[in-house]
Amino acid sequence: MKLSLGKWLLPVYSGLALLFLMIPIGYTFVYSFNDSLKSNITWRGFTFDKWLNVCNVQNGAVCQAFGNSLFIGAVATVAATTLGTMIAIAIVRYRFKFRSQTSLLLFLPMATPEVVLGAGLAAQFLSLGVPKDMLTIILAHTMFCISFVVVTVKARVASLDPALEEAGRDLYGSAWQVFARITFPLLLPGILAAALLSFALSFDDFIITNFNSGAVTTFPKYIYISAARGIPAEANVLASAVFILALVVVVTVQVSGAAKARRLAKLS
Amino acid sequence: MAFAAFSSTAPSATAAPSTDPVARRRSPVALFLLLPGILYLVLFFLTPLVSLLLTSFQSPREFGDIGQFDYAFRWQNYVEVVTTYWPHIVRSFSYALAATFFALLISYPLAYFIGVKARKWPLLQSLMLVLVIAPFFISFLLRTLAWKQLFSDESFVVQSLKALSLLGPEAHVTGTAFSVIFGLTYNFIPFMTLPLYTTLERLDVRYLEAGNDLYASPFQVFRKITIPLSMPGIVAGTLLTFIPAAGDYINASRDFLGGTGTQMMGNVIEANFLVLQNYPSAAALSIILMTVILVIVSIYVKRSGTEELL
Repeated sequence: MKLSLGKWLLPVYSGLALLFLMIPIGYTFVYSFNDSLKSNITWRGFTFDKWLNVCNVQNGAVCQAFGNSLFIGAVATVAATTLGTMIAIAIVRYRFKFRSQTSLLLFLPMATPEVVLGAGLAAQFLSLGVPKDMLTIILAHTMFCISFVVVTVKARVASLDPALEEAGRDLYGSAWQVFARITFPLLLPGILAAALLSFALSFDDFIITNFNSGAVTTFPKYIYISAARGIPAEANVLASAVFILALVVVVTVQVSGAAKARRLAKLS
Repeated sequence: MAFAAFSSTAPSATAAPSTDPVARRRSPVALFLLLPGILYLVLFFLTPLVSLLLTSFQSPREFGDIGQFDYAFRWQNYVEVVTTYWPHIVRSFSYALAATFFALLISYPLAYFIGVKARKWPLLQSLMLVLVIAPFFISFLLRTLAWKQLFSDESFVVQSLKALSLLGPEAHVTGTAFSVIFGLTYNFIPFMTLPLYTTLERLDVRYLEAGNDLYASPFQVFRKITIPLSMPGIVAGTLLTFIPAAGDYINASRDFLGGTGTQMMGNVIEANFLVLQNYPSAAALSIILMTVILVIVSIYVKRSGTEELL
């Protein structure tokens, strides 16, 4: 009896811990079907209405904020992924002066609380007289995403077999051809992972955004502002939709990765 | 989702020796690759910190409006900020410490199960990992609000606790230190679990078997073998929890899980910067927060001997 209890304790505990993680997600999802009026606090009955007419509430303020977040996320992701990937390749492949200073500069933004990053940028924009708008948000998001891109892509560059590129050079491929035909395709999974991470970080960022957004409203900022008087169920709809989409992407990647590994195992 | 950064440093650190034989070359290409990104970080990370430092010494302009300050060396700003806001400073670090402790307590067994026990079932392992990162896919603010509503006075949870007399009739759950620490713990569990998982996943169970063979009790095996071998994960996880938790102001905000008595440094920085336009105070507090965290991080990383974190 004692033995079986010990055996089941850890799995049961783990299941409960995961269940605990899911509680607020489930709550948000369930309340996206709430037939609520202005605020979405008490349950008033089930409806699909909020899912079907997401943008109708408050003249589409939720959707406007959501669109802003998508746009900012996309631009910041492209910028940060480009800059970060370049740095990652340089760090793994080349020798250069100030190497340790460079890694410190890349580590520090990740070790700095967001409130400090946000206030620092806001202080800089203030002293330079730069008005806060969409551009300042994009500049801020690109900044904090770069380091995360570097670490993610760096692992991929380090695991790349240099013999493959040497083979390309031996076959008289130009430097550009070797990069475009060999290096880049091999790095692509790492770059995509970094881009997804950047987008997720940017999309869900509130603290840094709050300091540098001026009058522009992003999706998290919309939720923050409306929190005092209650969030419309439409915000739950959008968040739930993003959640489902992200889950589908992750599961697809996992399953296709597992299938690919199985195929490779069969070949060898 | 920051976990990916810290956890992926580990494999790259172990992979480093194998890539070293490929001599790194010196080339002007390196400069071309590095310069744009480094310049960007200098402009939008380093100089903002400098302007934050300069702002923290500013003095109010004579006969100026609210929010008008001149560059000066008014070090008294720091004295004023510490004497006014010392409870917030203490609260920030103690809440963050408590949340880090609870998150480690909750996450370690979970990460151990996924990383060690579930190895036999790869599908279960990946399913559980997806569930661990699932909270990242839904807005941080909405998750925190969900807890606020689950803990509100009219909620089922609080009503049942009151019916069972586990909670006094006049008691509240939201707006207390408990709910803020609860929120912080909840929000950072994935940040704790993932780096723990990545080190535990590579744990060689033969070491544990060797411990058992040498008549060590399960507790001794855990304390003398499992914990030391998973130290890189513990360091990464606790830092990933402690740093953002100390600077957080969502959980402690009055509109979320906090109350007037639970305000943290982040709340004060936000209020001073964005509402009161008292930029020097906000800047001085930010500099204090950043300095304390950097000191803690460097001591901690040195002590635990995992400097490869960078």
